[in-house]
Amino acid sequence: MNTTLRRALGAALVGVLGLPALAACGGSGSSKNSESSGGKGDKTVTLVSHDSFAASDSVLKEFTQQTGYTVKVLKSGDAGQAVNQAILSKSHPQGDVFFGVDNTLLSRALDNGLFTSYQAKGLDRVPGDLQLDAAQHRVTPIDTGDICVNYDRAYFADHKLAPPQTLDDLVKPEYKNLLVTENSATSSPGLAFQLATIAKFGDDGWQDYWKKLKDNNVEVVDGWEQAYNSRFSGSAAGKKAKGDKPLVVSYASSPPAEVLDMKPQPDPKDAPTGVATGTCFRQTEFAGLLKGAKNPDGGKALIDFLLSKTFQEDMPLQMFVKPANQDAKLPEVFTKYGAQIDSSATVDPQKIAKNRDQWVKAWSSLVLK
Amino acid sequence: MTARDAEKASRATVRPTAVRLGLMALPLAFFGVFFAFPVASIVSRGLKSDGQWQFGRIGEVLADPETGHVLWFTTWQAAASTALTLALALPGAYVFARFDFPGKQLLRAVVTVPFVLPTVVVGSAFLALLGHGGLLDEWWGIRLDTTVWAILVAHVFFNYAVVVRTVGGLWAQLDPRQEEAARVLGAGRLAAWRRVTLPALAPAVAAAALMVFLFTFTSFGVVQILGGPRYATLEVEIYQQTAQLLDLPTAAVLTLLQFLAVALLLAVHARTVRRREATLRLVSAARTARRPQGAGQWALLAAVLGTVVLLVLVPLAVLVLRSFDGPDGYGLAFYRALASAGDNGGTFVVAPLEAIGNSAAYGLAATALAVVVGGLAAAALTRREGRLVRGFDALLMLPLGTSAVTVGFGFLISLDEPPLDLRTSWILVPLAQALVGVPFVVRTMLPVLRAVDHRLREAAAVLGASPLRAWREVDLPLVGRALAVAAGFAFAVSLGEFGATVFIARPDSPTLPVAVARLLGRPGELNYGQAMALSTILMLVCAAALLVLERLRTDRTGEF
Repeated sequence: MNTTLRRALGAALVGVLGLPALAACGGSGSSKNSESSGGKGDKTVTLVSHDSFAASDSVLKEFTQQTGYTVKVLKSGDAGQAVNQAILSKSHPQGDVFFGVDNTLLSRALDNGLFTSYQAKGLDRVPGDLQLDAAQHRVTPIDTGDICVNYDRAYFADHKLAPPQTLDDLVKPEYKNLLVTENSATSSPGLAFQLATIAKFGDDGWQDYWKKLKDNNVEVVDGWEQAYNSRFSGSAAGKKAKGDKPLVVSYASSPPAEVLDMKPQPDPKDAPTGVATGTCFRQTEFAGLLKGAKNPDGGKALIDFLLSKTFQEDMPLQMFVKPANQDAKLPEVFTKYGAQIDSSATVDPQKIAKNRDQWVKAWSSLVLK
Repeated sequence: MTARDAEKASRATVRPTAVRLGLMALPLAFFGVFFAFPVASIVSRGLKSDGQWQFGRIGEVLADPETGHVLWFTTWQAAASTALTLALALPGAYVFARFDFPGKQLLRAVVTVPFVLPTVVVGSAFLALLGHGGLLDEWWGIRLDTTVWAILVAHVFFNYAVVVRTVGGLWAQLDPRQEEAARVLGAGRLAAWRRVTLPALAPAVAAAALMVFLFTFTSFGVVQILGGPRYATLEVEIYQQTAQLLDLPTAAVLTLLQFLAVALLLAVHARTVRRREATLRLVSAARTARRPQGAGQWALLAAVLGTVVLLVLVPLAVLVLRSFDGPDGYGLAFYRALASAGDNGGTFVVAPLEAIGNSAAYGLAATALAVVVGGLAAAALTRREGRLVRGFDALLMLPLGTSAVTVGFGFLISLDEPPLDLRTSWILVPLAQALVGVPFVVRTMLPVLRAVDHRLREAAAVLGASPLRAWREVDLPLVGRALAVAAGFAFAVSLGEFGATVFIARPDSPTLPVAVARLLGRPGELNYGQAMALSTILMLVCAAALLVLERLRTDRTGEF
């Protein structure tokens, strides 16, 4: 439909339905952040992200104090969904900055021309191996997180069994029936775990590995929530749901999260769960300035801020990820209960973009059918 | 007849058509802009590349064996769910129609709660029941999750009320004396039932079956959560292709396929509904129900109540129990956490209690929209003749059979330019909810409007009243209660709407179901418990709304 016609139709309908009147009377309910970015000129900067985005109010207020910009956050679905929505609406972007595109989705976003270049302040404090677009700076690395197999400490202590540490361990007979993972097609940790096996065993070997894993009765569920909160025996929610799988594909930050969630705040020696450090895949999350942003200056300031120590130190307890900025300190609960992961697997984003669909298809027919 | 009378008569026939078209204008505009246009945009985005239509894609996708599998599974699970629902719910319809027992109103409200609950909530309740470590598992070692059975049982849970209300509503008003007369004339009990009651009920049963089939054919959340990775309906596949894989061409073809199937269903539905409205001798429901008599009737009542307890109450109870099962034993810990979450939560969870306010505000706006649009549509549809009218009727039902992701993403790419840049506006959520609410308003209002004796209107017209005045003086007083019931239904459906809302809800003002889903997506017992507590609150709000409706129920409302 052409634009003029669309506008005419829209104008007529808005008039007929009395939307302006409705908007006026209903707006009071959600007036807190409802100032649209067009309204007061350039004082609002809009951040588009996925559902897991979180930041302390005080930290966002500090940004406003420093720069005069108010942040409005728009979240839509999981990471994949958020990126896809941004791509679909790229001719009229919903905001100024997108945060939350990770290395498994990066190529899709870049190939679709979602971002414009901006070299953030403080980028020199970010390790080089995280800067996957160092030539053009269309995206800025903000945080990293590892997806690893978590284990239930109590189970392995009770059974006098050493918890598995590597991918090779998982196919051993003593760990039969113990692992629950997620569907690669529907879950980002599920895909990450598959990528870890692809990184380790290569294009030719990963399918053989999964055959062995299947023979070892790996269980696959659709989402992380189900795997971690109801099937895993080590998490508090899983215990309550009588989960019977002492091994689960989750995040390296899940053990500190378990400790934080205990009430009253205890000080245990160990987290109730541990991380098999040889099974990890590294996810790096990036932020970028959206092409066609209404407030590019505010967007640039926001990207600088996302990389600042203030935001980076707030992030771990809000989103359970690690800061990309080396100067940012991790909270104690992370250093005390988090695992030290020396070697995480990664796969080149371009290779992921090229093979992703085919990998997931092959995995589905191999493991699910 | 004088010349003047004749002129008046001819004016009277012309005018209703004009009036009807006028009444249709707003609903048509509403569906055009907020349904047809977004859906057409996303489908054409998928099927066009570089401005050229790629119809070849349709053949390719259809030829893919995977498409055949999905279509086959979608169809047979819907058929099986429908059969199972009818088998379990028809006795219930009879009991609710013919028997009087204490707590009947409350129970009728309670069995309707599932119908408006969001699937995320129901999914977790059923997992807690049928899944690993669930009640069945603990007692008998039976696990049904990731099996088709879990899907079927959950579908019965959702749609029990559809059959009880649609069939039971009519059954209650069938004059039992007709059957008694047949028996007096020598027919056996079975023969009397088969020859008298069954033919009268058949159209209602068919209509209910079709609605259940439609709802289960387009099932999304239940299949995704309970079916595990092995089962996918068309709706699930459309979601995957659109939201996860961004394979818009495939999604577009699947959307068209689903449209075709749903349009077919609606065409059949329209036919049966028309037949159903054949003249029946109806009496007040209050006169047909009595206390059960004899061991057989008591046993039937007990069996039905047992089914309701097992199928509907137990899953709901599991949810409530979990919401109290706090870290230090049973208590209100999760509810307290809900109340205080806003203090330290940063931007993640807007204080969940605020979500209740958001839900109510969105729900009211959606209800207002749905009642205006649906009310006008129902008024236009009151006269049933004309192909145009029937087509319009089917169009209004179409959103029920359309994938929420198609609508949500359609909004995203089509309502993106002024003056319709509504993507970040709060109005988008009520608009999407109203799309789902309108069919309910129409279905509730229509039987009542059609039951208004047209001679009353004619009398008013003869006495010189304008059509508007006649409507105000004749129709409105008669349909006032139906309007209230319709509004209540639209409100309850808005509260539970999750699919489209999740794509467009503003993060600073999530609705209850969206807040539940977000809590479920976070690790830790506290979040899980809060999700259960919030679900319980949502359930109570829905139940309260429905209970109020029960009190308002008129005799002829109840297609749902």
